[in-house]
Amino acid sequence: MEVWKNIKIKRSFRQIRMEKIFRSSLVLIALSILVMVFAFMLTLIIQSLPSIKALGFGFLYGKTWDPVANIYGTYPFLLGTLLTSFLALLISIPFSFSIAIFLGEYYPRGWFSEFLKNAIELIAAVPSVIYGFWGLFVLVPIVRSIELKMGITPYGIGIFTSSLILAIMIIPYAASLGREMIRMVPAELKEAAYSLGATRWEVIRMVIIPYSKSGLFAGVLLSLGRALGETMAVTMVIGNTSIIPKSIFDPGNTMASVIANEFTEAASTLYLSSLIELGLILFLVTVVINIIGKKVISRFTQ
Amino acid sequence: MIIGALQQFIEKNEKLKIINMYSTIKKIMPAIVAFALIGFAIAGCNSNSGDERSDTAKGDDNTLLGAGSTFVYPLFSKQFSEYNKLTGLKINYQSIGSGGGILQLTNKTVDFGDSDAPLNEEQAKNMGVPALHIPMCSGAVVVSYNLAEVKDTLKLSPEVLADIFLGKISKWNDAKIAAINAGVNLPAISIVIAHRSDGSGTTNIFTDYLAKVSEEWKIKVGKGSAVNWPAGLGGKGNEGVAGLVKQTPGAIGYIELAYAMQNKMSFAKIQNKSGHFITPNLASTSAASNITLPADSKVSLTNTEAADGYPISGFTWALIYQEQNYNKRSETKAKNLLKLLWWNIHEGQQYCEALHYAPLSPAAVTVAEAILKSATFDGKGILE
Repeated sequence: MEVWKNIKIKRSFRQIRMEKIFRSSLVLIALSILVMVFAFMLTLIIQSLPSIKALGFGFLYGKTWDPVANIYGTYPFLLGTLLTSFLALLISIPFSFSIAIFLGEYYPRGWFSEFLKNAIELIAAVPSVIYGFWGLFVLVPIVRSIELKMGITPYGIGIFTSSLILAIMIIPYAASLGREMIRMVPAELKEAAYSLGATRWEVIRMVIIPYSKSGLFAGVLLSLGRALGETMAVTMVIGNTSIIPKSIFDPGNTMASVIANEFTEAASTLYLSSLIELGLILFLVTVVINIIGKKVISRFTQ
Repeated sequence: MIIGALQQFIEKNEKLKIINMYSTIKKIMPAIVAFALIGFAIAGCNSNSGDERSDTAKGDDNTLLGAGSTFVYPLFSKQFSEYNKLTGLKINYQSIGSGGGILQLTNKTVDFGDSDAPLNEEQAKNMGVPALHIPMCSGAVVVSYNLAEVKDTLKLSPEVLADIFLGKISKWNDAKIAAINAGVNLPAISIVIAHRSDGSGTTNIFTDYLAKVSEEWKIKVGKGSAVNWPAGLGGKGNEGVAGLVKQTPGAIGYIELAYAMQNKMSFAKIQNKSGHFITPNLASTSAASNITLPADSKVSLTNTEAADGYPISGFTWALIYQEQNYNKRSETKAKNLLKLLWWNIHEGQQYCEALHYAPLSPAAVTVAEAILKSATFDGKGILE
C-alpha cells in the first residue's frame, strides 16, 4: 500500500481540461432538456392566462364548450380522455401481461421468440394515423354490427372504439418492459420454488409476478402515458362531440383531439387561450398520473 | 425508450450519485441561470406580436407571399401557376387555414391573406389599419345523406334542415320530411348527424345559413367556424364528414360542393328564399352572388335573394391592406399584387369551373373592381 501512495500519476493539463469540458458539456445538455420542459410549462401558463382570468376554475368543471358564446368548459374532454385511456389500459393489460409472461418465462430464446418480440415492438412503431385509418375502415364496421345486435344507436365510432384502438397501440409498452423484468427474475429463486414442488403456474404466481410486479406496473404506466396523449387515431374514431357521454358506446371527445381539431381556426383570443389551457391541463394530468405511478412503484419495491 | 425507462427503474439506490450531482449543480449554477433565461426568452417570444418579423414580407419584388384558406388552395395554385407563365411573377401561397392567414397578415409576414369569412371585430382591431376584402370565387356547402333505398333526390326545406341538425327530427320517415318529399319511400331509421370537428369556413357558412332561417338555431347554437353542436358526430375535414356519411346508414352531413362533386356523393335540393328547390351546382352557386352587393363586399350570401340561387354558399376573400406602403415595401411590389388580384377576378375566373369552384357573378366582379381600385400607395391609387 505504501508503494502506491508515492506514485504520482502524471496527467497533462490538456487531459484534465478535456475531462472537465466533457463533464460540463454532459451536464449542460442534460440540463437543457430540463430547462426546455420548464419553458414549455411557462409558455403554456403565460398563453393560457387570458382564459384563466376570464373563466377561473369554471373551466375545469364547465360542461359546455361553445366557441360562439365564448363559454369554455373542459369537463367533457377531461372525462373523455380519462375514460378512453383507462378503458384502453383495462383491455390491454391481459394481453400485455400474457405476452410478457410467455416471452419472458416460457419462450425466452429461439427464433420464434425473437420474431414475436420484434413483431410486438413493431406495433409501437406504426404511425398512429395508420391505426386511425384501420380503425375507421375495419374496426368501426365491426363495432357497428355489434351495436346493431345490442339494439343501441349504431354509430360505430365512439369511446369504446377509441379504447380498442388505443389498447392495441399501447400493448407493446407494457409487454416489452414486463418481458425484460420477468427475464431478470433470478433463476435460483425459481429453482428453489420448483424444488419445493411448485408447478409452473405456482412459480409464476408466487415467485415471478411478485418479484417483477413493480416492473410490470412501470410498463402499465408507460402505456397510460401513451394513451393519454394519443391524438390522431383517437380523433378519427371517437366521434368528436362535446356532449357528455352516457355510455361507453356514445361518441365523445378527448383533450388532445379538441386541440388538434380546433387550433387552426380559433379566431378570438379567449378561444385560443382556452385551447392552450386545455393543453396545460393535459400536461398536468400526465404529470400527476406519472407522480402517482412513481409513488406506487416505490411502495411496491420497498 | 423502453430500455431507457428500464435502466432508470433498475437504478434505485443511487442516493450517493444524487449528492454528487448536487455539488456539480452548485458549481455550474451560472450556466443554469443562463439556460433558464434562454428558456424564459423562448417562452416570452410567442407573446410578442411581431412588428419586426417582417423580413419575409420584404423579399424581392418578384415574389409574393400569401397564406390562408385551405378551401381556395387548389384554385389558387392553378391560377398562380398560369399567372407565373404569363408574367414570371412567383406567388407562394400556404394553405394554413383562414384564421392562420389573417394572423399572418396581421403580423405582416405575408403580402395577402385569404379567408372564407370576413374579419371579425377583434381581428379587424388587431390589424389596426383598414384591410380590403376582395371576393375571389364562391363555394357552396351541400347536404349529403346516406339512404341506400332512396333513389330520388331528397328535397329539404330550411325548417326541416334546422330541425334535423337541432336533433328535433330524429327519424327519416318523420312527417315533416315526408310532406315535402311526396312519393318518396322514406325508411324508418334514425338520422345520424355528421358535422365538422375542426374549425372550418364550411361550418361557418352552414351555421350562418341555419342561424338565418331558424330563430331557435340562432339562440341555441349561433354561427361560427366551430360551434357547440346539439347532436351528432364530428369528422375531421371534408373527408372525415364524407367518410361518416358514406359509412353510416341514415347519416346526414354537410360538405363542400367541390368535394361532393369530385367524389360523386348524393346531395339534397334545398329550398331557397323564393321557395324554389335548388340543386346545388356551379351555376346556382354563382347565381347566389348575383345580387346587389355592398361596396365592401363583406356580405354573407346564405339565404340569398336571388330566385335561382342556391341558399348555402359564400365568398372566399383575398385580404390586403388598403394602404400598401408599409414595412418599406416597394411600389412595384404593391403594383404586382394588385395586378395579380385584378387578373384573378377577370381572366383567372376561367379556371374555376374545371376545379368545381363557382365563378364570381357579374355583380361581384364589379364590386371587386371598385375595391381593388381603392387600394393606395402613399395615399395615391395604384391601379390607374
